[in-house]
Amino acid sequence: MRLQIDVVKTQGNFTLQAAASVEGRRTGIFGQSGCGKSTLVHLISGLLQPDRGEIVLDDLTLFSSVKKISLPPEQRRIAIVFQQAMLFPHLGVKANLLYGYKRCNTANRRIDPQAIIDVLQLEPLMKRGVNRLSGGERQRVALGRAVLSNPRLLLMDEPLSALDDALRFQIIPYLKSVSAEFGIPYLFISHSVLEMQLMTDRILVMKEGKITEETTPDQLARNRMAGSQTGYINLLTLKNPVMESGLYRYPWGTGELLISNGQPGESSLFELTSRDIILFKQHPEAISARNLLECTVRELFRSDGRVGVVLAVHNETLVAEIVRSAAEELDITEGSTLFAAIKASSFRRLN
Amino acid sequence: MLLLTPEDIQAILLSLKVALTATILSLPLGFATAWLMVFRSFRGKMLLEVLVNLPLTLPPVVIGYFLLLMLGRNGWAGKFLDAWGIQIVFTWKAAVIASAAVGFPLLVRSIRLGMESIDRQLIQASRSLGARWFDTLLTVVLPLSIRGILAGSSLMFARSLGEFGATIIVAGNIPGLTQTIPLAIYDYASSPSSTMMALSLCIVAVAISVLVLFLHEMLGRNLEKKESL
Repeated sequence: MRLQIDVVKTQGNFTLQAAASVEGRRTGIFGQSGCGKSTLVHLISGLLQPDRGEIVLDDLTLFSSVKKISLPPEQRRIAIVFQQAMLFPHLGVKANLLYGYKRCNTANRRIDPQAIIDVLQLEPLMKRGVNRLSGGERQRVALGRAVLSNPRLLLMDEPLSALDDALRFQIIPYLKSVSAEFGIPYLFISHSVLEMQLMTDRILVMKEGKITEETTPDQLARNRMAGSQTGYINLLTLKNPVMESGLYRYPWGTGELLISNGQPGESSLFELTSRDIILFKQHPEAISARNLLECTVRELFRSDGRVGVVLAVHNETLVAEIVRSAAEELDITEGSTLFAAIKASSFRRLN
Repeated sequence: MLLLTPEDIQAILLSLKVALTATILSLPLGFATAWLMVFRSFRGKMLLEVLVNLPLTLPPVVIGYFLLLMLGRNGWAGKFLDAWGIQIVFTWKAAVIASAAVGFPLLVRSIRLGMESIDRQLIQASRSLGARWFDTLLTVVLPLSIRGILAGSSLMFARSLGEFGATIIVAGNIPGLTQTIPLAIYDYASSPSSTMMALSLCIVAVAISVLVLFLHEMLGRNLEKKESL
């Protein structure tokens, strides 16, 4: 997917002036609320018209004020997954799912409804009315409905914001697998750095109606480390733990991690904030933290008053965060060896 | 006990026929007007709003008089229709037009309320899923404003049953031809000996109104049940 956009749109006293060109299947648009993300979604999908400019998706001009082109939304084949599921309340689950599919040109129908029903595990919901679904179920149906319209591009406009944490991490694998399995590129819009890390490869950052930078999820997380309440979030996917005196011992890279809130069997996703890693210059003899890892400093980066320390450990990478004076005191430089202590309870399981 | 003469029965049937025809004919126009007012922005929207609501505030007699001027032999619409051999004034068709004019704002108001409660994102979802605007209108807007349409229709039907002022001017009060229930009651009320007759018709009017309201409630509940499935 290649999206070229260069538009101006004024609404009241807010002006959106966005110019960017992105390529890739998993693109994010990041920004705080009110920065114009939703307006941009409307402009791309054709629900709003730019005052002037041009929007080109792959080889198709969706809008051009110079060439006087403006495709109506139904011809753009860009489906939206909204924050609220927005299922049609007067239709059943099945009719909702097939709404876009029925309106899709037979030549463009690549995705089989049954395949989506299987991937999203919708079979048990098929006979139910849409008003009897839970928040997560509704969002799954909405996702299925969008994908079944066989879109060129999927716009996910804060699709997880209305869900609580537990549900959010249940839905994420569905979002990813649907796009990967059926080869549909998406634009993922959100104000959450964590969601950006989980869902995207490239990110456009928006601020006050403008696209201010193009970056990667990791770079975004690093830049926002000091300012964010949670620091840099390390994400770890771990599986097959062994129970050991009340803790879970997970294989990780070439080593192991002890985690208190694990779960047996299937893979689990854990987050570990950069602030929960304590660094030692020498090996501390006795320590209550259950994980003490010998690691090498691969890279140092600055984020406001803080220093991010990128650690190479067990063939894996962790980012720790320290204040600048600590970095000077410990005399941390690239290549130096450190010991990282992490409490078993610092790992938060996300799913 | 009910005392109904054959003329009274004719008046009752005529009332039902006029109210039903007026409601059915107004529905598509009412739906379109409500849609324009809710979903479109255009120049002269305020003027349309005032025009649609005008019959609510105008005395029905005034509406009837304007209709008479317009549809009469010398009126512009009357002349046009006369050329086609169509006679409106002092027929039951005039009663339909009078009822439609008076009841129209009520119909539009209710449909509008229904439409305004539709989440715009549902419409956007429909469009982005490949539906043209007319498709969206039929498959999303229409079914989701059905309660408003139902409420508006019942209101308009009931209002048409009671139409008096505009009807008597433009359709007259011809027994068996243009005499509806209110007009018949008016006739009876002017002679002291017909109190029982007037009362009988009043009871019929009450019965029809109650029936319409019941029907409206029942349909509304059915819809509610269906929605919560």
